[in-house]
Amino acid sequence: MRMKKKTWILTFESTTQAMAAEKYAMEQNLPGRLIPIPREITAGCGLSWKAVPEARDEILTALEKAGCHWEGEYILEL
Amino acid sequence: MIYLDNAATSLQKPKEVEEAVIRAFHTMGNPGRGAHEATLQAGRCVYQVREQLAELFHAEKGERIAFTSNATEALNTAIFGLFHKGDHVITTVCEHNSVLRPLYRLQEEGVEVSFLSADENGVLEYEKLPELVRENTKGIVITHASNLTGNITDLERIREVTESRDLLLVVDGSQTAGILPVDVQKQGIDIFCFTGHKGLLGPQGTGGLYVRPGVEICPLKVGGSGIHSFDREHPKAMPEHLEAGTMNVHGIAGLGGALDYLKKKGTKEILQRERQLLRRLEEQIREIPGIRLYGDPDGNRRVGILSFNIGEEDSAYVADWLYEEHGIAVRAGAHCAPLMHQTLGTKEQGAVRISVSHWNTEKEVDRTAEALWELSEI
Repeated sequence: MRMKKKTWILTFESTTQAMAAEKYAMEQNLPGRLIPIPREITAGCGLSWKAVPEARDEILTALEKAGCHWEGEYILEL
Repeated sequence: MIYLDNAATSLQKPKEVEEAVIRAFHTMGNPGRGAHEATLQAGRCVYQVREQLAELFHAEKGERIAFTSNATEALNTAIFGLFHKGDHVITTVCEHNSVLRPLYRLQEEGVEVSFLSADENGVLEYEKLPELVRENTKGIVITHASNLTGNITDLERIREVTESRDLLLVVDGSQTAGILPVDVQKQGIDIFCFTGHKGLLGPQGTGGLYVRPGVEICPLKVGGSGIHSFDREHPKAMPEHLEAGTMNVHGIAGLGGALDYLKKKGTKEILQRERQLLRRLEEQIREIPGIRLYGDPDGNRRVGILSFNIGEEDSAYVADWLYEEHGIAVRAGAHCAPLMHQTLGTKEQGAVRISVSHWNTEKEVDRTAEALWELSEI
């Protein structure tokens, strides 16, 4: 059985919001990557940003500065 | 072949289009469906092209641009999504059937429609617009340039009315996107519909619409969105709100290539070149006995279109003769603009339409003029 660890997840209202955030995150070398939304958040499909919890403040500050939008954030055991 | 039918579609495309389409074929999955590299590549490409279009049209953000399969789908989305029973809509006699037919259908459902008239050159009679506005007028749907005469609409004069009377301004940019400067924010445009395969030089099957923030459109199609799968309602966030189903990623990638080319080349230079070629043609053919040129006599108030008839000759015969005898491809007939033909008095005859590209040459234009003289002397 795989070891689960605490993970920070950021969700978006649309695929376009996710792509906008990814573009900026890649340009700025922010930690994390896009993954399918975990079922703990929603049973639907879609994209979310996954990163270590310690990176939260750095990522949100940078995305806010860039005018990116998101829906919500979660800490999960993944 | 001398191709002079660019108002129908631009035949020659920049090499960037082909390269981008081939790259997309080899690397891109379904955007927004999953998170593996192939789907992310597609999503990044689509997002990039939204941003390119937002820059070209001066939209607030890329997410204000929704993709459709063509301008007709964009116009149907806007017209059916904005206007409902009890509303009054103003349009013009210059419109293409992609505006007229959705409005005719709405008329049957209880929407009132009025038409702004045009003079004998097909120039809109702007001074008559204010008197068409009623208590229940919700918006104006208007072409940015006529596909028959090439006449450019003075959007500033339309805006005076839409802003003072708080009306929605929906613009059909089928003949102008990639050709005329568009600044949706400065020009007060609420919805700008465009096609990708004409002036934007991209593949057929691409197009879309800009939607101003705050303008709500009921989507024409609902279905797969890649998000919120268990919601019974299609997601409301733009642009996916208007993009149900798998989009034409390969075509959109090609459109991105075309936008790269347009940015490098400069749309201003392209328009100047097209007008220069048309002026050269017009100067050579205006003395042909019996020729009637349509549209605004000032070529600077038209896009790269010149429509005409010779005597009472059927426009279809003229077009066919040009192609059979000289390999010159032009368009004849009604051009899907029935009210414009009624205004010009060409309902029976149709009109011959020449529409140039910046890639046409002086030699091609001169050969066309010689051919028309030859025809007039038969």
